Amino acid sequence: MVPTAYYLVLAAMLFSIGIAAFLIKRNVITIFISIELMLNAVNLTFVAFAHMWHQVSGQIFVFFVMVVAAAEAAVGLAIILSIFRTRQTLNVDEIDLMKS
Amino acid sequence: MQLALFIVFGALALGGALNLLLQRHPIYSALSLVVVMMSLAVLYWSLGAEFLAAAQVIVYSGAIMVLFVFVIMLLNAGKEEQTQGSRAAYSVGFPGAAAIFCLLSFVFLSERGSLQSTNIGGDLSSAVDNIAVLSAMLFTRQLLPFEVTSVLILVAILGAVVLARREQ
Repeated sequence: MVPTAYYLVLAAMLFSIGIAAFLIKRNVITIFISIELMLNAVNLTFVAFAHMWHQVSGQIFVFFVMVVAAAEAAVGLAIILSIFRTRQTLNVDEIDLMKS
Repeated sequence: MQLALFIVFGALALGGALNLLLQRHPIYSALSLVVVMMSLAVLYWSLGAEFLAAAQVIVYSGAIMVLFVFVIMLLNAGKEEQTQGSRAAYSVGFPGAAAIFCLLSFVFLSERGSLQSTNIGGDLSSAVDNIAVLSAMLFTRQLLPFEVTSVLILVAILGAVVLARREQ
């Protein structure tokens, strides 16, 4: 028997680590990886609540999140590829064409 | 049993996430994300979501992470270097993330009286752990979103091909 709150706190920990990695990392691929970590943390809360309420809707939601994450990963990595091809860097501080 | 599973794999997920945060090389971050996803799959299974546990292993740690590792290898991404922006990000990132964590866990722990406890996978409830129920819901009431996601994936494939194509 584990209280549902423990699962939620674990998901909150993973989500905050994802936010910290998103803000701190300078490599665009690592930033993308931390977005995936945040999506996973939210999925854990969905599954925990689906278990708590005995409803299958939460699991369906997680299924859709997984599909959208797969599509997002494909498009995002293609964008990263074309950024690297034109600018020869992966550092987000140097990708600042719209800044000035 | 469930508590032991939760502690072992929750700690594994947490350690993987911290390792993701602390490593400076993208390939180590990607591999620690694989650890997080596999331990989350075990937690899904213990919460009665067998289909999602399998999908987590196949889709996330199989397909998506292979894509990430492939791109990291292809671009030959090296260690990230410290810049001006990273010092500013350190001073904002850690307090911000800690504040969000404190807020979320305060809410969850103060509401824990109204949240219930969980039992191990198989004997949850008659309905929740059942793939048949999941697929019946997906192909009847959620049919339109399901079909829309297939269009979304088609668009994503076309977009990825167009974006990653070498300029003529």
